[in-house]
Parts: sequence; structure tokens; C-alpha cells
Amino acid sequence: MDIQQYIELVFTDYTLRTITLGTAVLGAICGMLGSFAVLRKQSLLGDAISHAALPGIAIAFLIMGTKNSSIFLLGALISGLIGTFWIRGITSKTHLKSDTALGLILSLFFGFGMLLLTYIQKMPNANQAGLESYLFGQAATLLESDVWLMVIVTAISLVILLLFWKELKLLLFDADYTKTLGFNTKFLDILITTFIVIAIVLGLQTVGVVLMSAMLLAPAAAARQWTNNLSVMVILAAIFGAFSGVLGTAISASHNNLSTGPVIVLVAGVFVLVSFIFSPGRGLLFREIRFRKNRNDLQLHKTLSFMYNIAKTHEDIAHPHAIKILNNFQGFTRKSLQKLEDKDYVKISGNMWSMTESGYNTASNLYDQLITEENE
Amino acid sequence: MSSAQIEIQLIASLVAIACAIPGTFLVLRKMALITDAISHSILPGIVIGFFITHDLSSPLLIILAAASGVITVILVEFIQKTGLVKEDTAIGLVFPALFSIGIILIAQNANDVHLDIDAVLLGELAFAPFDRLILEGADVGPKSLWIIGSILLITLGLLFAFFKELKVSTFDAGLASALGLSPIVMHYGLMTISSITTVGAFDAVGAILVIALMIAPAATAYLLTNDLKKMLLLSVLFGVSSAIGGYWMAHALDTSISGSMTTVLGLVFLFVYLFAPDKGLFSVLYRQKQQRIEVSLLTFLLHLGNHKEEEERHVKHLNEHINWQKVQSKSVLDLALKNNMITIDNDIVSLTNKGKNFTTEAIDYILTNKNSEIENMKDRFFLFRG
Repeated sequence: MDIQQYIELVFTDYTLRTITLGTAVLGAICGMLGSFAVLRKQSLLGDAISHAALPGIAIAFLIMGTKNSSIFLLGALISGLIGTFWIRGITSKTHLKSDTALGLILSLFFGFGMLLLTYIQKMPNANQAGLESYLFGQAATLLESDVWLMVIVTAISLVILLLFWKELKLLLFDADYTKTLGFNTKFLDILITTFIVIAIVLGLQTVGVVLMSAMLLAPAAAARQWTNNLSVMVILAAIFGAFSGVLGTAISASHNNLSTGPVIVLVAGVFVLVSFIFSPGRGLLFREIRFRKNRNDLQLHKTLSFMYNIAKTHEDIAHPHAIKILNNFQGFTRKSLQKLEDKDYVKISGNMWSMTESGYNTASNLYDQLITEENE
Repeated sequence: MSSAQIEIQLIASLVAIACAIPGTFLVLRKMALITDAISHSILPGIVIGFFITHDLSSPLLIILAAASGVITVILVEFIQKTGLVKEDTAIGLVFPALFSIGIILIAQNANDVHLDIDAVLLGELAFAPFDRLILEGADVGPKSLWIIGSILLITLGLLFAFFKELKVSTFDAGLASALGLSPIVMHYGLMTISSITTVGAFDAVGAILVIALMIAPAATAYLLTNDLKKMLLLSVLFGVSSAIGGYWMAHALDTSISGSMTTVLGLVFLFVYLFAPDKGLFSVLYRQKQQRIEVSLLTFLLHLGNHKEEEERHVKHLNEHINWQKVQSKSVLDLALKNNMITIDNDIVSLTNKGKNFTTEAIDYILTNKNSEIENMKDRFFLFRG
């Protein structure tokens, strides 16, 4: 199946169109809200909440007796929020740290959810089949109404984000200052956390409990590498998320036996990897290049100052010396000598080198700089 | 009790002990979430091992799975060291990626492999006694009992051999390296043991619920004691009792054993979280309320000490001028009276000698920035606390 055919199929096939749209919207909202989670150091909240939502889904089923995704979402949302606020309670009221609190809520809620699920499975109710799909997520079960729900929630959270943009930004970077300015930090905190929980709950059906945390984190972590500006980061993260959704769906749809959730996560993972390596400001590749360049510059300067010390002892600074005498100094190579000549610091003729006027000046200034720096 | 029931409880208890020991150190080292990461990312190791051996309880599976656990830790630390993202983000990025690879591997080979993700992640203790270990024709017990038993023995051996080193490197990594005890070796040793335990426990209680057995008993114990040995003992106790309690709960409700065990762990934690002396929610809230009243009392006494005028010392003045609520001012007055700090004469409040001593000492401590001394002073002066 070539790309053109696939794109045609996306527009004509109901299931594929729904899934593509759904995962794209999900990726966008997760990226957007995930940026806040990452910057607030709540990265693993996504993991904890997606697990903590399970008992809510099971209880919603126990009460209603039918499978209705909006009721499930409500149940998941309530138990997710209870989990979040219990985590908050544990970290603020006891000396247990946030990692312990997250792990506790994650495993205890999930275990309780499993208890309820096995209890439901024993019930004589034909509707119960397929509840487990929430564990691992099945994008194929997405309906058009689910996608509409996602779009509406995304729109609402976008409006809220824009309305409270300034306050949320302030809270993100300086919570104490926000408080002294008289903003209600508790309200803002609950607002953003609630929306993060909503995004997590929305994604459960599509990518499942385990992979939800990556859905929330990966686009934001990738976007973080390219910018230091919050608004750019949020927009980039939304774009990365949407693209991983669309690409992941495309890859999994064009192969047999590839579930959508894991593929989306892996695509998002590739985005992260590429950003880690190739982002110009923070990326590992450019950092390494900068590092090497600095090291070479340092070596060059060392060679130059060594030469300067020799040239200083002569009346005529352009007095030629043998290259051989540089041998007992470690920092020079043919290449660095060539570079010095390119910069017009030295002249090389045969086996001899001699310092130029500009080289002499640079070297003496170099020395001064070092001394003043040391004095500071 | 049938022999299968006894065996299940025995396996559950051994798993609980084997998890509680590394769990305690992980909680103390603030690395509790590493268990979460490990328990998910062992999936590709298990899947690859299963492709090679086609046996869910072969030792190769455990080795490969433990290796992928350690790889997770190394990857997380590598990403963290680049400084591009925070530690928790690093954890959250690594394990879903590895888990996805595992799921895709299973799905790709679904036709010729009978490996269920549910079975790996959720486990079913009820089936454990059916998988017997046959040695030279004789039935020597369930396989998982032997696996988890040997893991527990190794863990215990290492715990006793390196207890001092573990203790020092957990609480003061700097001191540990100064003493020549390499904290890095301890760190990776602990990580390896955690991975092996997670893997060994996965077919008994399921990989996700291992997290509960590692973190919950240790966290519960940490709310009750600050002593490492006591904490280890308590978490083993909580782990084992919840494991057995959970089994009988599952028996009564006819539900999943691991789910019930976790639920019991959760209930135990909730109970301790609410009612633990000193560190429980209620005693913290009570102490905060006490502190609030005592601070108000101190402010009030200082105010009295500063004013000779009668209108400043009138009972009504409290809620009219200092802006305190009626109830609060009443409880502050009552407390002061009960402690013989003040006398009330015709609604005019005056300090007693004891009250005067109290305020001068308090002022001294506040001026010399020794606020913590005020707590000790309260013990000396107060007959009744707020």
C-alpha cells in the first residue's frame, strides 16, 4: 500500500478516519497538557493516574451495568482525581516522598481495580466482556462520538489555558511569587491538575493504562529540547503529539498484528530521541560538537602561548624556530599548526616557524586575559 | 486447608518478604518508582526469553528479564545524566518504550507463541501450585516456590552480608564513599536484586502488583518507625500478613488473589496513614491545630507584657482589636488560665509571674534566632497543651 492510497483510505474509510482523527486529537491535548506536567515535575503523575483510574471504571460498570464510554470516563475521572489528591495528601502531610506516594497510589488503586474486575468477570452479565481493553487500550474501539468528546474537551482545555495563561505560567516558574501577588495558587493548581487528569483519562481507551504516561510525557519532553519559551513548547508538543498519533496509526494500520498504542508510543519515542540528539541548543550532538570545538580552541591557545613564550625571549619576534622544539610540548599537531597559520598567527616555512605580529599580540592578550580571570 | 492452599499462602508470603526487603531500601533512597519502571520494562526480556525457551519458568527467562530491568536503570540514569530532562521524566520515557517493544514482539509472533500479556502483568497465584518441579521423578513442590525461595535466600544472604554498607550508602552516600564502601556497587546491586525479585514474583503475583508489595509495606512501616531494622521487620510483617489476609479475602469473595492482596495492603496503609502516632494524618492535623493555638497564646502573652494600659488588656480587646474569632480567643484565654500564665480580674487580664518568665524567655529565644528552643520551653512551662 503506497502513501497516496493510504491517504485516500484515511478520508474514505470510517474506522481509519476515526482512529486517525482520534489519535491526532489525543496526541495534541496530551502534548499540550503534558508540557505542564513535565515542567511541574509531575511527569509520573500520568502513570499513577492512569492506573488509579481503573477502579473508577470498574465501579462505574458495577453501578450502571452497561458499557458506556462517557460513564466510564466519569468514573475514571473521579477515581483519578481521588488518587491525585491522596498523593498530594501523602506528600504534604507525611514525610513520605512523592515517588513513594505515586508508587503507592498507582499499585494500590490498580490492585483494587483488578479485584473489582475479577469480581465483575464472575458476574452473570454478558456485557462485561472487553473491560480489559482499558488495560492495554484498543484504538480500534474508538467511535465518532468518542472523537467528538475529545475535540470538545481539547477545545475547553485550550480556552482555559488561554484564559489563565499568565497565571499558569507564573505558577509554573515561581509558585511563591504567584502567591505573594495574591493569585489563588490552590485553585490554579487544582485547575491544571484536573485538566491533566482529564487528558489521561481520555487517552486510556486508546493507548491503555501502561502507555498513557509516555503519551503525556514524550511530546512534551521532545518539545522542551527545541525551545525555552513556554508557548512555543506547548504548541510544539501539541504538534509532536498529533504527528505521533497520525504516524503511529498509519504504521500500525499498514501492517498486520501491530497494535496502535505501542506504535504511537514508539513513534513519540523516536521524536524524543531525535530531539535529544539533534536539537541545536541542548541536543547531545551539538553539545558534543561545541565541546570538541572548545577543546580544540584551548589546545590551539596553549600552543600559541607556548610559542609566544619562546618568541618573547628574542628581540625579533619573527625570528624563525625549528618545529622540532615544539616536540616536548604535547598540545600541537600538524593540523593545529596549519590552523594557526590559517589564522595568520604564525608563518611556516619548511621545518621552521616564526611568529607574526598579530599572533604575538593575540598571544600576549590571551595571557593577560588568563591573568585577569585568575585574579577575579 | 488443602495442601494447594497452604502452598499458595507460602508462595505469597515468600514473595511478600522478598519484595519487602529491597522495597524498604528503595523507599528510603527515594527510588520507589524505579520498581514501577522495572516491572514494566522486563516485558521484552521475558518475551525474548520465552521465544528461546518456550517455558515461562525457565531460569534463562529470569536472567534475561533481570538484564532488561538493569538496562532500564542504566538507560534512565544515562538520560538523567545528559541533563536534558528531569529524573522522573526519564523514567516515564524509558519504560513505556521498552514495554511497547515487548507488546509489539508478542503481537508479531502471536500465532506461534502462547504468551498472554495479561498473564505476565497480572499473574495468577491460584495456578502456581499446578506447575510442579519434578526432580529425578520425585515431586518436590511448586516451581514458583523454589524460584522465589532461592531469590529470597540470596536476598537475605546479601542483606546480612552487606547490611552495614547498605545502611551507610542509603543514608549518607558521601560518607560511604569516603569510607571506601562504593555506593555505586550498592546501588547497582540493589537494582539487580530488585529486578530479579520483580521477575521472580511476576508469575506469582503479576508484574504490576509487585510494585504494591515493594512499596506499600515499606511506606507503611516508614510511617511508624525511623529505625532501619525495625522498619525492615515491620515491612516484612505487613507484607506477609497482607499476603495471607489477601488470600483469604480472595477466597471469600472469589476474586483475583493478587488484587485482594493489594487491596488489603491498601487498607493497612490507609489505616496507618490516618492513625499512626506522630506521623499519621490525624496526629499531624492535631499537632498543627495545637501549634496554631500555642502561637496565638504566645502572641497574646507578648502583647500583655508590652501593655500596662487597662483597655489594651480587656478580655473584649482580644476579639475586637487583635481580630481573633470569639472561639479562638476563648480557647487561648482558657489555655493561658489553665497554665497559670494569666489572671482575669474584672475582665482585665494580667500576667502572673510565671507568665512573665515565660514571655521573657520566649522573647530571648526569638531575638537570638533559637526558635526551635521554644518547643522545649513549652514542655517546661505548660501543664496543659493547646
